[in-house]
Formats: sequence, structure tokens, C-alpha cells
Amino acid sequence: MARIYVPEPTEKTILYVKDLKTWFPLRRGIIEVLRRLPRRYVHAVDGVSFQIEEGDVFGLAGESGCGKTTTGKTIIRLIDPTSGVIAYKPRKRLLDEWAEMGYEPPVIDKLGSIDLAKVPSKYLKPLRKEMQIIFQDPYGSLNPRARIYDILEEPLLIHGIGTREERYEFVAKALEAVKLIPPEDFMRRYPHQLSGGQRQRVGIARALILQPRFIVADEPVSMLDVSIRAEILELMMELKRRLGLTYVFITHDLALARYITNKIAIMYLGKIVEMGDTRRVLENPLHPYTKALIAAVPDPDPRNRHILRELPIKGEVPSAVNIPRGCRFRPRCVVYDNTPRIQKYCQTIEPPLIEVEKGHYVSCWLYGEPEEIIKSLRK
Amino acid sequence: MPEKLLEVRDLKTYFYTTKGVVKAVDGISFTLNKGEVMGLAGESGCGKSTTAYSIIRLVPPPGRIVGGKIIFEGKNLLDMDSEEYRRKIRWKKISMVFQGAMNALNPVYTIGDQLAEVFMIHRGMTKREAMPHVYELLSMVGIDPKRAKSYPHELSGGMKQRVMIAMALALHPPLVIADEPTTALDVVVQAQIMNLLKKLQREHGISIILITHDLSLIAEIADKVAIMYAGKIVEYGTADQVYLNPQHPYTKALLNSIPRIRGEISKLEWIPGQPPDLIAPPPGCRFHPRCKFKMDICMKEEPPVIEVEPGHYVACWLHAKK
Ligand SMILES: Nc1ncnc2c1ncn2[C@@H]1O[C@H](COP(=O)(O)OP(=O)(O)OP(=O)(O)O)[C@@H](O)[C@H]1O
Ligand SMILES: Nc1ncnc2c1ncn2[C@@H]1O[C@H](COP(=O)(O)OP(=O)(O)O)[C@@H](O)[C@H]1O
Ligand code: SF4
Ligand SMILES: [Mg+2]
Ligand SMILES: [Mg+2]
Repeated sequence: MARIYVPEPTEKTILYVKDLKTWFPLRRGIIEVLRRLPRRYVHAVDGVSFQIEEGDVFGLAGESGCGKTTTGKTIIRLIDPTSGVIAYKPRKRLLDEWAEMGYEPPVIDKLGSIDLAKVPSKYLKPLRKEMQIIFQDPYGSLNPRARIYDILEEPLLIHGIGTREERYEFVAKALEAVKLIPPEDFMRRYPHQLSGGQRQRVGIARALILQPRFIVADEPVSMLDVSIRAEILELMMELKRRLGLTYVFITHDLALARYITNKIAIMYLGKIVEMGDTRRVLENPLHPYTKALIAAVPDPDPRNRHILRELPIKGEVPSAVNIPRGCRFRPRCVVYDNTPRIQKYCQTIEPPLIEVEKGHYVSCWLYGEPEEIIKSLRK
Repeated sequence: MPEKLLEVRDLKTYFYTTKGVVKAVDGISFTLNKGEVMGLAGESGCGKSTTAYSIIRLVPPPGRIVGGKIIFEGKNLLDMDSEEYRRKIRWKKISMVFQGAMNALNPVYTIGDQLAEVFMIHRGMTKREAMPHVYELLSMVGIDPKRAKSYPHELSGGMKQRVMIAMALALHPPLVIADEPTTALDVVVQAQIMNLLKKLQREHGISIILITHDLSLIAEIADKVAIMYAGKIVEYGTADQVYLNPQHPYTKALLNSIPRIRGEISKLEWIPGQPPDLIAPPPGCRFHPRCKFKMDICMKEEPPVIEVEPGHYVACWLHAKK
């Protein structure tokens, strides 16, 4: 019997997401308004479900625009979801702080999770001490006119943490943690006086200064030279071990994901098309899109110059406003072209994520018995 | 015998800034034969683009070529005045796909018009005469000729990059320099563009200099590889020599820093520190502050270029006997 994926949280689960959607309304032109045409949306995240265990490095991968950043920002409520559940198991610290503010979020499962999607905006501030983000661009994400000290002190000030001396201590510790040593030296500098790698360390220090436990790292090394990436990644992994962090690691680079993540979800046009243990997904990809992505990744092997790369995919990514009907990958799918047996399903019904082997989920009509899956869907 | 197309000898290009002289390219040499592809790799700021700008004679001020020779089809291009270079060489003999160029397409003209202009300016054609050439070029780079009527904003990044490649190929130059031609593109599109370059190179026998920080991309196409560090070429050889038998500590570390999608997962290496300021590069070997193997002499004297096997050159004291 086909098993359709639904999160199955356990004691170890820190966060799970059910059918999460984040749509951005398109601005309507005057004609659309006059004609009272319905508002249209960018379906940036269009119904994703996944779960993250404590200590995971959970990869979100896919081409630009597929919704990785929006997913990452939505689950920590930097962006408001359109619908869906973001179940998170809070630390006592967060619940206490909310209680002080007079907010008691309802518990939604027997594990004590609460639904972050339902937290009103005015109660989001304490969440920043729990969940943080590391941005892609170490150049753009730091205020060029602020000294490193001020950049790192700012979150402490916003949250009213510590005396002046204590804040200095926190900043010094954070700089040491990211190996910007001696910290006194770096505190005084401005971002332009740092190399790209050093700036990204400041970005990491800023994310860690409030002692969060859940970090969304949005392409944290993609702007850096390959030669220094491994050092930043190793630093992130060391901090994870030492501080007991959980990462969502967003990347378009599957080779990198192979080294750093233990679980991976491949996204296409706002949906997860394949998910599972990283090794399994990358070494035995099942979805036609994952296969094409992997086939396209070059490696430093000079024998490749003798061959043309076979790319089992056609066309281009359509706009996230007009999602193709049925399987959203169909217009680019060469398997569809070659497999008449499943075409009527691909054309009309969105394939759900089903378990194809243990812990390995795929959304493609090629796998399982379509009629059976449809029966399960109706249930 | 392979026919020599381009020989760069001891090229020096400096930027005379208010802070000091940036020695962006500081004495580099290499040779490119007809139909060959050379990859030029190295970290950001090591002088790759400046090398390209020097060959196409478009070094922006305050930069100047201050030494060396660029011998192309037997003539030193640096002996030509800029007018002669513009008339005889640029676009006709040597063309370039610029880093980030796809955003340089003019938004108010169709891509067909922009391609036609190349023929109108350089070949003195009327627009009507030019259009058949435009259609041919578009289909050569895998774009439906009907798209000639499209404006740049109607095209995807990959298609715009194809248009830029078409523009570089318009006048059938024997040498095309491609500076980071796929950097802003997704992997699938990147692989398509690399396939396109490969096909064009094979079918039309053009020579290509591919500039990128990504050694995996260079492996996709290059016959020869030059590894640049802080304004100098530190290792140079055939693709097989450089990838399979790297000799410079910098090349080795670079190769070991690349995560791979296939094969074994071995620990990634990194190169500590950062490339030097090219106004005041370190004395001796410029790589010594980041080198695991540095010896006394590395800090004092610049290593000579040694031919470690036929055609394979390395500038490192580990290979030179003093
Ligand atoms: N117009 C300029 N004025 C002053 N210095 C410059 C100028 N252009 C480049 N440089 C300097 O010359 C050196 C080489 O720059 P170049 O752009 O050639 O590097 P690159 O290898 O192409 O780097 P990237 O990988 O980032 O494209 C750098 O130190 C750079 O700062
Ligand atoms: N603030 C926004 N307003 C409107 N559309 C957006 C916004 N942010 C992202 N999008 C759109 O949502 C889709 C997903 O974007 P994003 O999450 O940034 O993808 P990724 O991180 O995978 O590159 C894209 O089509 C993008 O253009
Ligand atoms: S469901 Fe059909 S169209 Fe979609 S990926 Fe699978 S085979 Fe291709
Ligand atoms: Mg993003
Ligand atoms: Mg450059």
C-alpha cells in the first residue's frame, strides 16, 4: 500500500511542517482592477511537509526561485505563512517569556509542540532568541556604517539583555566562538575592513549571540571563494556540536549538500519533489528532476572534456504564478514523454510525496500504483 | 604540429590607484594553439579578468599594460595603436563574453536589433542584409530565431547569456574569451551553456579562454589549465597534468577544497587566510603566508618557473633547487 508522506513527530523532532504555503500577492494592474479580475499570487511555497530532528542538518536544495529562502524564512516566522502548520517544540525559556507577556500558545500535539503559524505578530520577538538566520550575502547583510561591536550588540540591546559590561563579554565571546581573534581587534572594525570569510563569521556570530538553538543558514558560503568555504562550514559544524544546534541548510549546490547535510529535500516550483537521507537521495535519485539536477553538476575530472553532458530535462522553469496543472514538473519531464502509461495522471493530478523505500520519499507518478495512491489521497 | 594562435609573454598590467600600484597581472606567460581551450582559474581578485581585459585591450583606467607581449597570429598586439586594434582585432579576431554581461543588454532594443548592429557596424551591412546572419547566429546558440523580436527582459538568464555568446561569435573570431560565462546561472542552464561552448569549439574550431573560479567547470572543456594566484600563474599545463598530477601546493589545496557530487566523500581542505593585497604583495613566493610547506627561502626569494614534465610548469621552491 502506498504510504503518503505525513510528518510523524517523535520525542526527537524539533520542528515539523504540514502543508505549508507562502504566497505573495502580485500587484494588480489598473486593467485587472477595473475588470475585477481575481488577484494572482506567486506560489513561492506551495504546500510542503517535512520534519526536522534535533541535531539535524536539514538541506533544502533546488534551483534559484524554487522557494528555498521563502520556506526557511517562513518556518522561523520572518515571513508570514499563507496557510499550514509549523509545529515547534519550544524551550521553557520561550514559554516563560511568552507567559510574562500574557501569551499562552495552545499545545497542538502530545509532544508539547505549538503552532508557530498561529503566533500573533506581537509575540514574535522572543522567538528570535530561539530561531535565527544566517544570510547568504556577507556583504549586503551587515550595516556598512556600523562597527562590528555595534552590529553584534544590537540584538542584545533590542532584547534588553545584560548590563554594558555583560554585553561586552557576550560580544567578545561570540567573536571568539567564530574565531575572530583577538576579539578586541575585530570589534573596532567596520565590515569593509574584513574579508568575505570574516564577514560571514560576523554573520554567524550575530545569529548566535542570542543563544538560539534552531538556525536557518541561507546559502551561507555561496558568495565565498571555494578555497575558504570548508573552513566556514567546519566552524558551523563545530558550533553545532558545542551548542547543540539544529540547522536548516539552504543551498543550490548539491555537491556541498552531500558533505554537510544528513537529510535533504529537493524543491521544484514551491514543492518538495524528493526527500530523504542525503546519501540515499543523491546516490540513488528517483525523481526525474533530481536526476537531471545531479547529472548537471560538474566535477573536477578532466575526462569530462571529451563528452557532452546528457541533461534529461527540457525547457525552462515556468513562473511561480502559473503553476502547471497535474504534476508541476511535467512540461520539463522527459520521463513523462517516454511513459504513456502514466501520462493521464501526470496531466491531471499532482503526485503526492510517497515513501518508495524506507525514509525516501518521491512525488512522481512513476512510482507506486497510481490508482492505489489516488484512493489513499481521497481518504 | 599544432599552430600557435596566441602567445602571452611576461604580461604586466597595473592599476595606478591613489592608494598605490595594484599589480593585478604581474608577469604572466602562456601559449594557446589554434582550436585549443585554456582554462584560467584562481580566487576572486587574482587578476583573471584583468588578464582578459589586457588581451582585448580594454583595461579600464587607472589600469595600464606596462610590460610584456601579446603575440596573436604572429603579431604583437601591444605594438598596435588602439584605433588599429579596434579596426582589425576586437570582435573580428578576438571577442569576449564579459563577466555579468547578460545584464548589459540594452533593455529598449530587441535582441535581434542588437545582434544586427554588430554586422551593421563592422561589416557595413544594412539591417536587411544583417538579419539572415542574426537568425543563423541565434539558431547556432540554440535560440529559436523567432525570438529575435524579444526584448532582453522577456528572456531567461540562460537565454540572455546565449545571446551574449552569439554576439561574441558574430564575426567568426578565431579566439573567444569567456569571463565567468555561467556564474549567475543555475546548474542545469550552466551545463547547457558548457555543452554549447563545447559544440561551438568542436564544430567551428575556435579557441577559447575560459575564465572562472570554478575548477570543475574548467574540467568540462579545457585542454590546458593555468592556475593564477595574486597576479601570477603558479601552475600551468595540460588538463590531465594539472588535475591528475598537480604540483603546486596552491593547486593541490584548491582541488581538495571542491566538494564532489560523485565518488568518495573525503574531508574538504581549505586555504587559511586570504589572498594578499596586490598593492603590497608578500615578498618571495606570494603564496607563502598561506602555504603548508613554506621554507625559509619562500619568504625571501621569488620561485622560478620550473618545467616539471614536458609542458607542465610550476612556480614553487619545492620544485626548484637553489
Ligand atoms: N579598475 C580598477 N581599479 C583598481 N584596481 C582594480 C581595478 N580592476 C581590478 N582591480 C584590482 O586588480 C586585481 C585583479 O582584479 P580582477 O578583476 O582581474 O580579478 P579576478 O581574478 O577577475 O576576480 P573575480 O574572480 O572576482 O572576477 C584586484 O586586486 C582588483 O581589486
Ligand atoms: N517578497 C516577495 N514578494 C514577491 N515574490 C517573492 C518574494 N520573495 C520571493 N518571491 C518569489 O517567490 C519565489 C521563491 O523565491 P525564493 O524563496 O527566494 O527562492 P530560492 O531561495 O529558492 O531562490 C520566486 O518566484 C520569487 O521571485
Ligand atoms: S509525475 Fe509524471 S510528469 Fe511528473 S515527474 Fe513523474 S513522470 Fe514526470
Ligand atoms: Mg534564496
Ligand atoms: Mg573577474
